[in-house]
Amino acid sequence: MSDAESKRLDPNVRQTAAEKATGDRTDTLLRTDGLVKTFGGFTATDEIDFGVDEGELRCLIGPNGAGKSTLLKLITGTLTPTDGRIYYDGHDITGLAPNERVGRGISMKFQVPSVYGDLTVRENARLPVQQFADGEERRRLVAESIEAAGLAGCEEVPASSLSHGQQQQLEISMVASLEPDLLLLDEPVAGLSVEERSEIADRVTRLNDEEGIAFVVIEHDTDFVAEIADKVTVLHEGDIFREGSTEEIESDPAIQRIYLGTDGDSGGDRR
Amino acid sequence: MSNGLKQQAFQVRYGLGAVVAVVASLAVGVLVDPNLTFRVSYAVSFVVLAAVGLAIIFGIMGVINLAHGEFILLGAYATTLSAVKGGLPLPLAMGVGALVTALFGLTVERVVISGFVPNWIGRRTVGRDLITPFYDRLADSMVATFGLSLIMTQGARIVFGNSIEQIGVPFGSTAGYPDYRIALVGVAAGVLALVYVLFTQTTFGTRVRATMQDEETAKALGVDTERVYMVTFAIGSGLAGFTGALFAPLLSMQPTLGDQFLVEAFVAVVVGGASVVVGTSLSGLLLGPVDALFSDQFGEFAGRIALLFAAMLALRFLPGGITGVVDRVRDRIEEGS
Repeated sequence: MSDAESKRLDPNVRQTAAEKATGDRTDTLLRTDGLVKTFGGFTATDEIDFGVDEGELRCLIGPNGAGKSTLLKLITGTLTPTDGRIYYDGHDITGLAPNERVGRGISMKFQVPSVYGDLTVRENARLPVQQFADGEERRRLVAESIEAAGLAGCEEVPASSLSHGQQQQLEISMVASLEPDLLLLDEPVAGLSVEERSEIADRVTRLNDEEGIAFVVIEHDTDFVAEIADKVTVLHEGDIFREGSTEEIESDPAIQRIYLGTDGDSGGDRR
Repeated sequence: MSNGLKQQAFQVRYGLGAVVAVVASLAVGVLVDPNLTFRVSYAVSFVVLAAVGLAIIFGIMGVINLAHGEFILLGAYATTLSAVKGGLPLPLAMGVGALVTALFGLTVERVVISGFVPNWIGRRTVGRDLITPFYDRLADSMVATFGLSLIMTQGARIVFGNSIEQIGVPFGSTAGYPDYRIALVGVAAGVLALVYVLFTQTTFGTRVRATMQDEETAKALGVDTERVYMVTFAIGSGLAGFTGALFAPLLSMQPTLGDQFLVEAFVAVVVGGASVVVGTSLSGLLLGPVDALFSDQFGEFAGRIALLFAAMLALRFLPGGITGVVDRVRDRIEEGS
């Protein structure tokens, strides 16, 4: 019997806060506990308790300034919380550096395409892979990553010469090649054509279905959200306003109001 | 042909072309006036070796290390003491000089530049960071490293006095010019080639260039950017120490030795622009001959004035530095083809 199994059967063994939040007795992959981020006197996230289950595809919506991007940056470690804890896969990761969180299985694609324009497609694709693979395995993974982005044959092209949609595809390939369990995407289809948006939706659902990667996707495009989301969380003024299925969220008149700014002050830009 | 292949072809064609032109000029120069050719070549290598460590730290980390001259001093002292007091053969003593300076640079980066050590202490005592890293804070990093340079100079004076025993110059001479100085020209070319390979052809180089362009994304892709900065500073420091080691047999071992390098290094980095290899090599080729020819005709002081005047002219007409000109020429050639 493994240690984990013996612990589970022993009523005297108490769970740690981290285990209680995301441990092996639940299928919760990520949980934030009272997450607060303030910038000077401005509160961007206000005691957010947010959770994502293994293999879930969650979309995060809300008006500008609701704290969506801040929440994602807190989860990846790009920002340090003012208060609260973040638990991931049974461990408290609040104090970990961003690259250490990547090592634990959390990856993020930022809102603005962040491929390296001066590097070639191959060099971009190699950058994440070289963190954990070398030799023949690295070459294979890089080739697969480029192929998955639909850029085979463009290996030596500088990334700056790719279209916006191609850059988004390349960047998704780059973060996916880190073999994450949780992938955070910040507005992946902003500024894309209908065809490109559809390609990204296919890519995200395929990664979710076939590789079991859990997603948290910030997106304003409601059609895209309806197409991919298992569950939707609405943020408003730095806190969770509603959670539910796409249908529940779409039919909630209070959400229409906060998007139209008639539910009190919708706040400034909190990102 | 794809843009990437065009860019590579450009680098190979014009890079090789430049190397061939320099070697051909040297060959002709040696046939016409070997002594003058050696003096000019030495001046170029002096500028290149003085600047390369500073260029790496400035270009990649956005830190102006005003203690760069004192890092060279440390390399020179460590080499001299290893050879004279420790009895090590000169090549080994030079390795010690470079290594000691790299380790010292590593310590400076952790304690002063990144603030890692004081912040670690601060988080455990007062519950918060004490220092914001000096990356990309040009003026702040200048003040901090200027303080460090004063401490190092006075520290060297207190510990070792006003001078230490010097190493003899190895090798003989050719056409009345010391062979050791001629050898330094080859070493400077070798150092530039190694730096080029390190930053463009290795996985470490890819991490460095990614961190340079967008640190946040590099972190999100799993790059340990703290480590990149730490290693980069150590490499830049080690190269400064190696420069000190190379010039140890040629210079008086005094605590102010670093001053002789800082002006040339600083001017070369500013005139060279963003690219470490292209900028440093071309600014060396521009400024070295000016320094050598004016020093030769009118004395060392005039040489330094001429160097600064050339730098002012270069910055007046080439605001992006030499790298900016090279980039513009490359873009025009690519657009035309």
